[in-house]
Amino acid sequence: MKFAVSKPGTTVAIKTGEWRSQKPVVDMTKCIKCATCQNYCPEGCMGVPGQCPQVDYDYCKGCGLCANECPVKCIKMEQEIKSVGKNKQ
Amino acid sequence: MVVRTMNYSAAIAEAASYCKVDVVASYPITPSTPITHELNKIYVNGGFPRFITVEAEFSAISSLLGASAAGARTFSATCGQGLMLMHEALFSTSGMRLPVVMAVANRAISSPLNIWADEQDSMCQRDSGWIQLYCKNGQEAVDTVIQAFKIAEKAMIPAMVCLDGFYLTHSVGQVDVPDKDKVAAFLPPYNNPYVLDPQNPMTVGAYTVPADYQDFREDLSIDLDASTKIIEEVGNEFCSTFGREYGLVEYHNCRDADRVIITLGCVYNTIEKVVDNLRAKGEKVGVAHLRSFRPFPADNLRANLGGKHVLVVERDISPGGVPPVYAEVSEALCSRGSTVSVAAGLLGGREAKQSDFEQLFEKMKQGKVKAWLCSKENKM
Repeated sequence: MKFAVSKPGTTVAIKTGEWRSQKPVVDMTKCIKCATCQNYCPEGCMGVPGQCPQVDYDYCKGCGLCANECPVKCIKMEQEIKSVGKNKQ
Repeated sequence: MVVRTMNYSAAIAEAASYCKVDVVASYPITPSTPITHELNKIYVNGGFPRFITVEAEFSAISSLLGASAAGARTFSATCGQGLMLMHEALFSTSGMRLPVVMAVANRAISSPLNIWADEQDSMCQRDSGWIQLYCKNGQEAVDTVIQAFKIAEKAMIPAMVCLDGFYLTHSVGQVDVPDKDKVAAFLPPYNNPYVLDPQNPMTVGAYTVPADYQDFREDLSIDLDASTKIIEEVGNEFCSTFGREYGLVEYHNCRDADRVIITLGCVYNTIEKVVDNLRAKGEKVGVAHLRSFRPFPADNLRANLGGKHVLVVERDISPGGVPPVYAEVSEALCSRGSTVSVAAGLLGGREAKQSDFEQLFEKMKQGKVKAWLCSKENKM
């Protein structure tokens, strides 16, 4: 008899960043710290408002919302390059 | 034993309340409405602690899923379109191994709209991972509800008690609802090994990756197969306490028969009468009632019906394919030199007469039969 039960914390343990095919790369020199990307990011992966975005690549799924919404277009989506067998950055 | 003349729905509801049910969630839909209605009457008179008035059947089964996961013994009644609306959550319930028990007052499915009896509604929940027990009369429905709690909670698999709409929900007949204290002694307390607890939170029915998912589905399938043993054990225990015998299949005059009709539901009673009449004329005929459709008792059928000409009478169809009970019986008996025939029909409350089954037995003498039952246009 098998029960599919789990303890809380799976969303921390599962590194959803592994799903990503493209990753956001920020040009800090152009960033105006407007916090648009930080407010739009559905995963809360863009760091704290008031500062330039610090992308959390462990959980960023590469949706591209940040790049799309950035008013100064300082975020570019780049092809994710992963080594075979290891998905970690 | 106290035999009373009463409505079967009232008897079923009373039996469920004697099973110390904690939570009932049930949305009225004809012909299961009287069961819901009677349950509600019992609830307002303090018969059990909680009746959730839901807005639809999807909510009914979903709230019972939650209640069962929180450690409550749960019961519901539905049928037809209501059962169809539950479809998705039925799989969740069995997948989470929650032993919800539900009376299904078998009814036709739209379209065209029809509220009368057939077994299409429960047959299309065949693969939902629920135990399905079919009843041939009101007494059996009452007794099966009581057994279903014990079976479901031993197997940790939800169970449907299927009874033909109107015939077994609106009829009044003589029925013995077992003594309340005896029922309480018969049923051990519900003990879910993974009870939801706010102090110790967890997820039930968790997300599984391709490496794990199939293991759970295989496990459910194997356990459902193995629940044939539990159904037999609980049937024997019930018999020793209450004196009425129950098993996986009921056989009537089958041992020396060369032709046997196998069916499920209350149409059995008509066929039983036909068998007795034909036996009096020296014909070697028999009838079997397939009480358990899920788990399917293939070994039991092989041992008892191997080598015979078996005709499946079923009140359901599978458009574009063969009817489900026929498919299962064929698979069970094909290796034993049996001929398996089928007569499917009696949909949406269409009635069969004894002469219809006499004709079927006669037709079986000439070989395999594959026919609509009581069809106006498509003759056998």
